[in-house]
Amino acid sequence: MWTIRFFEDEVKELFTRNLVRGSTHLCQGQEAVAVGVCRALSAGDTMTCTYRGHGAVLAMGAPVDRSFGELLGRAQGLCGGKGGSMHLADLSVGALGSNAIVGGHLPTSVGAALASQYLRTGAVSVAFFGDGATNIGAFHESLNLASIWKLPAIFVIENNHYGEYSPLEATTPVTRLADRAASYGMPGVYVDGNDVVAVRAVARDAVARARAGDGPTLVEADTYRQQGHSRSDPGAYRPDGELDGWIARDPITRLSDAVVAAGTLGAEQVGAIRDEVLRDVKDAAERAIAWPQPEPEARFANVWAERS
Amino acid sequence: MGETMNYRQVIARALADELAADPKVIFIGEDVGAAGGAFKSTVGLHERFGSDRVRDTPISEQAIVGAAIGAAMMGVRPVAEIMFADFAGVCFDQIANQLAKFRYMTDGQARLPVTIRMANGAGGGFAAQHSQPAENWFLNIPGLKIVVPATVPDLYGLMRGAIRDDDPVLFFEHKNLFAVKGEVEDGAGPLPLGVADVVRRGADVTIVATQQMRHRSVEAAERLASEGVEATVIDPRTLVPFDDDAVADSLRTTSRLVVVQEAPQAGSWGASLVARMVTGHFDLFDAAPVLVAADDTPVPYAGTLEDAWLPSVDRIVTETRKLVSY
Repeated sequence: MWTIRFFEDEVKELFTRNLVRGSTHLCQGQEAVAVGVCRALSAGDTMTCTYRGHGAVLAMGAPVDRSFGELLGRAQGLCGGKGGSMHLADLSVGALGSNAIVGGHLPTSVGAALASQYLRTGAVSVAFFGDGATNIGAFHESLNLASIWKLPAIFVIENNHYGEYSPLEATTPVTRLADRAASYGMPGVYVDGNDVVAVRAVARDAVARARAGDGPTLVEADTYRQQGHSRSDPGAYRPDGELDGWIARDPITRLSDAVVAAGTLGAEQVGAIRDEVLRDVKDAAERAIAWPQPEPEARFANVWAERS
Repeated sequence: MGETMNYRQVIARALADELAADPKVIFIGEDVGAAGGAFKSTVGLHERFGSDRVRDTPISEQAIVGAAIGAAMMGVRPVAEIMFADFAGVCFDQIANQLAKFRYMTDGQARLPVTIRMANGAGGGFAAQHSQPAENWFLNIPGLKIVVPATVPDLYGLMRGAIRDDDPVLFFEHKNLFAVKGEVEDGAGPLPLGVADVVRRGADVTIVATQQMRHRSVEAAERLASEGVEATVIDPRTLVPFDDDAVADSLRTTSRLVVVQEAPQAGSWGASLVARMVTGHFDLFDAAPVLVAADDTPVPYAGTLEDAWLPSVDRIVTETRKLVSY
């Protein structure tokens, strides 16, 4: 979780230094959802996510320096500088791609689950998406198809309570999004998305169900976006005190406090781990900044597969 | 020797041969399995290959295309059917933003060997939402290959070629050609994408046309021949990649170009071809090229209206005669 937090903090810094192009959508505060779910997966499982997907891609195990490299548009970036912040992907670790079309990756994640079922690989396919995506047609089609085919899929709503600038209650007639699972004949599970241990437990159940051939699960992880929607959004529409309330429930603080309270680690040890992670993330960013940008000719590569 | 069949029947034959050749090939779509397809073009596949490989889906075009994309990422070679090509509008995001761009955005981390079959085109009285020549919608999206077969052997070979291709292929079957007969030779195999068929050779004018316009252009060329005007007729067979060389080679002899298409002009493959030929090969022309296109309206329903909307043999003859006499 610290890796993701410090990565996002660094991205914010790099963006203000004009080293990251376009836009970024940061996920500070939502780390427990990505980490809790991805820690329940095994090698060979796959994950798709949203344009707010740096955390999920890192949670799958993508290298931190090459992730920075992609956001910086470097040749050694995960996608050779062709994807950027909103299209971060590392197929070698099962991160099948962040998606900049809201809900556009849900049908694709169903396809990864179909391949698992057809090829009998036993792999589970996870899709992360926001509360806003539950209102688009692709959500309905994807859950319906995954359910009738009993595919090994897990649909994880990162309910951060805002679809871009609009609060959930302004766009969505139900408050408990997990209830939508009933329409698709699958379990709908609500979990505190700022409690990484609870998220992991829910994800393990869903993974077991998927691997057993019992079909998909819809998980609603209740969390909060501590930053605005994107870099151009200061989040001024948030009611007074809302952000403070969620920062008091910050997933990283909660876990480190719990670890210390349980006597698993001392406060100094926790602090040492934190410092080490911070140093590693900073080092990775420095490495990536030093990498060259792609040659202009590289833009022609990989429109098409080479014919064998 | 070979087997004579019609354009509708050869669809199932080509699919069956690829399903048999490669266990990684699966086929999904609405009513494609137990029902044998909305056009009865996939009859027998479900019985032969089972519901694991020939899968019926709900009416969910986004999920159908998306499922094909995700499965392809993970090593399957899916064929998906979108029934009427017009319904591609429902899943345009999946085709334009996901299928076409995924390989590029990830800098080649995956190949997407997805074939999407669609019944295309006008002439059958299906009216505006079931008749559009939808292939033109996709010309502006790099990353997609576009196949438009006109004959039985072409459909057979190109379907097999499309399924074996490692790139996404949009495969347009023209529903007004379902009854056209032809022969699939014994031992016929996949055809490469991007190679035009020179249907007939003549020294006076080059006519380029696809699908039902190919058949109308051949008829027009025969009528023109009786008047002493000899036309070369070229069917590119695939719009992406496009065999520009075949057209340019012919222009070296004929110096005159007629492009015939059933779509409106704006943003069409015919307009692109004319632009490419004029800008790249201006020295070959003795006269300005002609684009015989459909009207800039939606496809109308009534027979008299739809007949007038589509370029007719008469119109191809008239416009070609005018060009040759220039």
